Amino acid sequence: MSIVKTENLIYEYVKRDEEGNEDGVIRAVDDVSLGIRQGDFIAIVGHNGSGKSTLAKHMNAILQPTQGTVWVDGMDTRQEEYIWNIRQRAGMVFQNPDNQIIGQVVEEDVGFGPENLGVPTEEIWKRVEESLRAVGMYQFRSHSPNRLSGGQKQRVSIAGVLAMRPRCIVLDEPTAMLDPSGRREVIHAVRELNQTEKVTVILITHYMEEVIQADHIYVMDKGQIAMEGTPREIFSKVEELQRLRLDVPQVTLLAYELKKRGLDLPDGILTTQELVQALTGHA
Amino acid sequence: MKLPRQERNKMALTVEHVSYIYDPDAPLSHKALDDISLTIPEGQFIGVIGHTGSGKSTLMQHLNGLVKATSGHIYYGGRDIDARDYDKKELRSKVGLVFQYPEHQLFEVDVFSDVCFGPKNLGLERGEVERRAREALAKVGVPEELYDQSPFDLSGGQKRRVAIAGVLAMQPEILILDEPTAGLDPKGRREILDQIRQLQTQTHITILLVSHSMDDVAEYVDRIIVMNGGKIVYDDIPRKIFKCYRELEKMGLGAPQVTYILHTLKENGLPVDTDITTIQEAADSIMQALDSFRITGP
Repeated sequence: MSIVKTENLIYEYVKRDEEGNEDGVIRAVDDVSLGIRQGDFIAIVGHNGSGKSTLAKHMNAILQPTQGTVWVDGMDTRQEEYIWNIRQRAGMVFQNPDNQIIGQVVEEDVGFGPENLGVPTEEIWKRVEESLRAVGMYQFRSHSPNRLSGGQKQRVSIAGVLAMRPRCIVLDEPTAMLDPSGRREVIHAVRELNQTEKVTVILITHYMEEVIQADHIYVMDKGQIAMEGTPREIFSKVEELQRLRLDVPQVTLLAYELKKRGLDLPDGILTTQELVQALTGHA
Repeated sequence: MKLPRQERNKMALTVEHVSYIYDPDAPLSHKALDDISLTIPEGQFIGVIGHTGSGKSTLMQHLNGLVKATSGHIYYGGRDIDARDYDKKELRSKVGLVFQYPEHQLFEVDVFSDVCFGPKNLGLERGEVERRAREALAKVGVPEELYDQSPFDLSGGQKRRVAIAGVLAMQPEILILDEPTAGLDPKGRREILDQIRQLQTQTHITILLVSHSMDDVAEYVDRIIVMNGGKIVYDDIPRKIFKCYRELEKMGLGAPQVTYILHTLKENGLPVDTDITTIQEAADSIMQALDSFRITGP
């Protein structure tokens, strides 16, 4: 069964002018049907304004469809009685780490979610410890979040979601504001989560390097799914991606440039190892 | 470093032994800048890299007088910016600072008025204000059709251009951009950087680009300043900076991906130039290395 499923999902909002009068309707998500399997690592990419964040916000009932249906773990997101269950099942992490942390101490922040769910105290502590260990932040448990780096703060945010024991975690550009090591830390933590904790990951990003290891990539454009497939399938279409205002990983781009210079290389090279192997065949 | 006065005059900006301490009297006092000395000549395109908290933004805020150094001096056009008679307002129009996510600071009803705000505040007459706004918008590639639109209806990339135009309209001699591409899609990232490069080559304005993207700085700038723990640890051309990629990694940074690829290729016996930092150069170097193999054999 799919952990997240959408059927003919359409989301429209009314644009208003300064006086608050209606000034047209914008269709941000346009007839999207998809199914995400439990345990998969899914990436959603697309240019600014392509509808990817709007789509993501349907996955934990922050937004509700104008038309069509979204199910999270079998629950229809339009049914109000399910909302809290849905948000516990599918947690969300946003771009700016400073807007997501509320606690004065790291472990208090992580415990906030389960406490709100009415989890017994002893169980909260257990979950806080496990969640912080899962993202490699346990040694910072008694620190003030203010003194942490951006990457560390994002990992605390992820631990906060984990402590709710979700089956699925949606990350909306979690690395956009981070420096290179922060980015590495967060992506590493997310991958670990997927592989060892078997949490379904839905990662939205503008960094193509971050999605090489995804099981499946959706490329959004004009509110629709313009392309989908494995990273290799997607990144072998360099020109199509560039038309959609996107990029390919640098290794893939380098292989593409070498092909343009007349070298015979396979399509969709994704890692340095693959490139080295292909090139040593030519040497 | 202490430059003679006439040398200083030739520099757009000179920073001499600047330190900055947060809350010097508090128990948690923290040295954000530690004895920084730096010269910035006119017309250079400079990248500034460093992990979050390394002091980059604090240093940038010193350069246009938003923050006053705890010790040391900053000279702009040869004059000490902390001198009592120095006009800070003029400094801020000459050293333009574009903050991170500058579109959050857009506020006017239409694009054109928003860009007019800065020059209007300089007390210029209306004709001049509008001339400058037009020129600035053209420089960042915002088409005239958008002038009457609300800035809030624009795309992410366009909003950011309008915000940059707002600073450019003050006609700064130095433009500091704090992560101008954060959060933009790959194409938007490239468009903004191409536009900045064009601006720089056409007007010879000095540009400081603060960035977390090693790929971007490698591709665009002439010189890179690396900050760590409030100090400048490296200051050199991109090729030389990324030679030290192992050290950069220890500082939470790294090298452009292509540099890593070339190192791996070399370790595997392909004689490529590992100092290369851009894709085009890398492709050329690999083709050359393969050719030399074909002629001479491994």
